[in-house]
Formats: sequence, C-alpha cells, structure tokens
Amino acid sequence: MKVLVPIKRVIDYNVKVRVKADNSNVDLANVKMAINPFCEIAVEEAVRLKEAGIATEVIAVSVGDKSCQEQLRTALALGADRAIQIETDEKLDALNIAKLLQKIVDEEQPQLVILGKQSIDSDNNQTGQMLAALTGMAQGTFASEVKVEGDKVNVTREVDSGLQTIALNLPAIVTTDLRLNEPRYASLPNIMKAKRKPLVVMPAADFGIDLSPRSKLIKVTPPATRKAGIIVDSVDTLIEKLKNEAKVIS
Amino acid sequence: MSILVFAEHDNSTLKADTLKTVAAAQAIGGDIHILVAGSDCQSVAQEAAKVNGVSKVIVADSPAYEHQLAENISLLVTELAADYEHILATALTTGKNFMPRVAALLDVAQISDIIAVESSDTFVRPIYAGNAIATVQSLDSKKVITVRPTGFDPVATDGSAEVVAIDSVTDAGISSHVSDQLSVSERPDLGAASIVISGGRGMQNGDNFKLLEGIADKLGAAIGASRAAVDAGFVPNDMQVGQTGKIVAPDLYIAVGISGAIQHLAGMKDSKIIVAINKDAEAPIFQVADYGIVGDLFDVLPELEGKL
Ligand SMILES: Cc1cc2nc3c(=O)[nH]c(=O)nc-3n(C[C@H](O)[C@H](O)[C@H](O)COP(=O)(O)OP(=O)(O)OC[C@H]3O[C@@H](n4cnc5c(N)ncnc54)[C@H](O)[C@@H]3O)c2cc1C
Repeated sequence: MKVLVPIKRVIDYNVKVRVKADNSNVDLANVKMAINPFCEIAVEEAVRLKEAGIATEVIAVSVGDKSCQEQLRTALALGADRAIQIETDEKLDALNIAKLLQKIVDEEQPQLVILGKQSIDSDNNQTGQMLAALTGMAQGTFASEVKVEGDKVNVTREVDSGLQTIALNLPAIVTTDLRLNEPRYASLPNIMKAKRKPLVVMPAADFGIDLSPRSKLIKVTPPATRKAGIIVDSVDTLIEKLKNEAKVIS
Repeated sequence: MSILVFAEHDNSTLKADTLKTVAAAQAIGGDIHILVAGSDCQSVAQEAAKVNGVSKVIVADSPAYEHQLAENISLLVTELAADYEHILATALTTGKNFMPRVAALLDVAQISDIIAVESSDTFVRPIYAGNAIATVQSLDSKKVITVRPTGFDPVATDGSAEVVAIDSVTDAGISSHVSDQLSVSERPDLGAASIVISGGRGMQNGDNFKLLEGIADKLGAAIGASRAAVDAGFVPNDMQVGQTGKIVAPDLYIAVGISGAIQHLAGMKDSKIIVAINKDAEAPIFQVADYGIVGDLFDVLPELEGKL
C-alpha cells in the first residue's frame, strides 16, 4: 500500500520567534527553518511501515514556495521514495491546504495518509481532520501507536483522560503525537541519495481550486510579559511569600 | 444570531470547561444552545440545562455517539449547523478531533484555540507556542471555533434551559471504538485545579513523583509533568503540560526539575504565580518564575512537605 505524508516547513523548534515592530506578523527573516517535528514523526512512521513490509511506497508532499523543497529532501533522506511540491507563494489556510492535498489523494490513492497533528507555527491542529472530512476517510488523531491489520488500522490516541484505541477502515488518515516514534537521523549516504530521488513540482494554481483566504490576520503582538521574580533563600521564605505576599496558599 | 456550543462530557457529567466555552459564546453574543451528544447522557443534559445564558439544550442520545468518534459527531454537528452562525467547542482532545472535520464539511475555515473575543467575527489566539498573539478575522459566513479554557472564566450554573431530544442518528460506519486506557486519579483535574505541581526530567524516575504527591495532598493540587518526564515513562501522557499537552493557568504552578523549554512554558506561563525549584540557577524557568529556589529538589521537596 501507498502511504502519503504531507509535511510542512516551519521555524526550528528551538528558536523563540519575535514579533515584527509594526505588529504585522512574526519576523522570520534569517530564522532557522526545519521540518515540523510532528511531520518528521509522520515520515518516520511511514518509513517504518515500509521497512516492515506493509507500505510499498512512501510519498512526501508539501505545499509552499521553493524553499520547502529543502524539507522534502529531508523526508527523502529519511526514507521517503518520492516527493511532490505543490507550489504557491501564498500562506494558505488549513482548509485550502486540505483541498490541495485532497487532489493528490484522488490521484495517488494512498491507503494511509500520515500527517503531524499540528504545526508548531500556527498551532492550528486542523489539516489532517479536514483532509479526512474532504476525502470521506476515518481519522485517528494524536496517535501514539499505529497498527495496520488487514483492511483496518488500529490507532491508539493520546486523549485528555489517557489513551483511546480505535479501529479505522482503510483508507484512513492518521495524525501523529510526540510519542509515536523517535525519528532517525538521516545518514550522509542517504542525504546524498535523496538528491537523486524524484521531486515533482505542481503549481497550486493548476489545481482548479478557489484558494482565496478564509481569514484575515489583523495583527500580531508579543505576549504579555511576566514581571521579574525573585530567588528566595529558603523554603521558609518561600512559604511565607506564598502565604502573605501572593496569597495563593493558606 | 444563534450559537451552538458542543458539550464536553463523559456521558455522566458535564466537563466544567464547557462553562468557559459558554462564556466565550456570551462574549460573541446571541441565542446560545448546547449540544449534548453521547450515549445514556441524560444526566449531562440536565446539568447543561442549568448553564447560565443557555436557552436550549439539544440531546442526541445514541450508542453511535458514546465514544465521541469524530466521523459520527461531525456529521451530527454539520446537520445541525444550518441554524447557527457560530459553532463552538472546547479546545480539548474531543473538540480538537472533530471540529476541523465539521469546518471542512461546511466548507469554512476553523479558528482554533481562541483566548479572547474581539467581535462576532474577530478573535484572539496564541501562535508559535504562545510566543506571539494573533488577532484574526474570519471571512466565512459561518464560524467554527475552538475555545481555549484558560482564556475565559466559567459562567454560573443558575439557568433553566429547555431540553429537546433529537433522534436523527449519524453513524458514518467507518470507525469503531476498541478500548480505553484511562488514568484514574483522586486528585483534581489538571485543567481545573487551582494549584498544580509538575515534575520534569530532574525527578529521575516515576517513583520520585511520590515526593510531589505528599505536597499535592497538602495543597489539594493536581500533578503535572514535562514532556521529558512523560517520554521517559515516569508518568502517563495525560499529565503532560505544554504546547502539545495540557494548557493550564492555575493560581499557583510549581515547576520542579523542569528547565523551562518554550514548549513547556506555552502550557503554564499564564498561571497567576509560578514557583520554580531547580538546581541550575541559569535554567530558563527562572525567567518566568515569581519565586525561585535554586537547590536540589531531593532536599527541597521533603522540607517543603514537612513545613506546609
Ligand atoms: C514539537 C514539540 C513539542 C513539545 N511539547 C512539549 C510539551 O507540550 N510540554 C513539555 O514539557 N515539553 C514539550 N516539548 C519538549 C521540550 O522542548 C523540552 O524538551 C522539555 O520540556 C524538557 O523537559 P524537562 O524540563 O523536564 O527536561 P530538561 O530540559 O532536561 O530539564 C531538567 C531540569 O531539571 C533540573 N534538575 C535536574 N536534577 C535536579 C535536581 N536534583 N534538583 C533540581 N533540579 C534538577 C535541571 O537543572 C534541568 O533544568 C516539546 C518539544 C517539541 C519538539
């Protein structure tokens, strides 16, 4: 079976983003970019399915400008077989991304689509579920375990009260949580090999989808800053402060 | 203008966070209805009927909704959507799971995790793990929104809404529930507790979390953890606080052996008072702490428990 893995180029997770002085957006100039950590986990899971003889082909796809080819190459170095870039310079809403991905699903007919549960920039947590709705597929979100069994996939999900396991008819959508796996590092030979793997560019404009924005970013501001705290020299002082100054314990 | 609020519940009790989502609905303004979708969930409907400012509770009671499967719930909500301009759910794992499905079926965008309402079409939400705050205007005629509980104060439970049952059952038939592995705890819910004490990698193992339990017992606190502590298997996943775990904003948050990575701060930096206990004076957690103790947690915790 084919596995499709949509991935996103985002700010590196170690970087603390800054808001632009004019409050128009965050400042991404000269900021280190990387594959979204949840997407990397998605690629790893797909590659493991291939190594286990369950998946036959792993296809990575990303929506974005030319720079996202770097992350597609990363996915190829991790073990994806080929890549598709849906080219656009616009920052699209999750719904429009899902509509573009739906076309790829229609064409490639994957049995499993694995995505990250959220991207660490917009923190939306939407694309996988939207793609599931548009394709009529079942979804297993926030997955910490994925087991393909015959024409079903069992997904264990991280939920507020613990873990929930559900069974989905294939084809299905899975979105990854942090504990699904620990992604490997791409080896140098695999990075070299990835350069020769196929990467197809498809302009988003050719998809025949109305991609007009569904929301407008009015402004972006920095979060409220906390006032500087103090280091206390003893447990006694801490308890005294919590009781009498902060009044949060009695 | 009508607003539909999806009730979070476990088929027996209404989750208190729903009261905060209703507060967001009141900030938007309009006739507010609550949808209770579940199985054998009449007691939840009775509770929902008492929520302040709600005129109607719609109950969809069917085994198809017992486990809140996204495929079935989203069909139900989409079916009801015609009567509403706003559809709200709490940004917890159930709402996060099915709401984007609803949005896509309605061909509208979703505004996730709002923490404030500017107007009926403009909302405030954190992005980049809370390191930036975006104000976003929806351009769709219908608004599908998830509400972050820490952004709103719960409404009172002094109302008396009419309760209406609907019997249309939407079963997509493509997914089924297999099993649950629920964490049982006598302690208050992480999201609802007014005091939270969390342990990180510095705790070294799951057994040492007992050092936090003694203090939590004395303070009536919930216990949380960093991702590192969960990944290492010290404690279960539902205790994780952070960007991708639970978002909490208690009166008092005590971080023990937690360095203060941005992903952890994203889940707790709106707490009223933050205390950090860490042996490394340079740990970034001290930058957000109101009170810090630089010291070995294995000395500090027993002393703290003894003196409380
Ligand atoms: C996509 C993504 C999402 C993430 N989401 C989350 C999330 O939701 N929540 C989260 O927490 N993390 C999250 N993380 C992980 C995050 O980046 C950090 O790795 C994690 O928070 C570190 O946990 P920690 O502070 O317990 O461990 P460390 O960073 O290892 O810190 C341990 C601290 O304990 C102190 N310590 C050690 N021994 C003692 C002692 N005896 N006494 C006192 N202090 C001691 C050390 O000085 C150190 O500061 C995420 C990461 C990614 C990439």
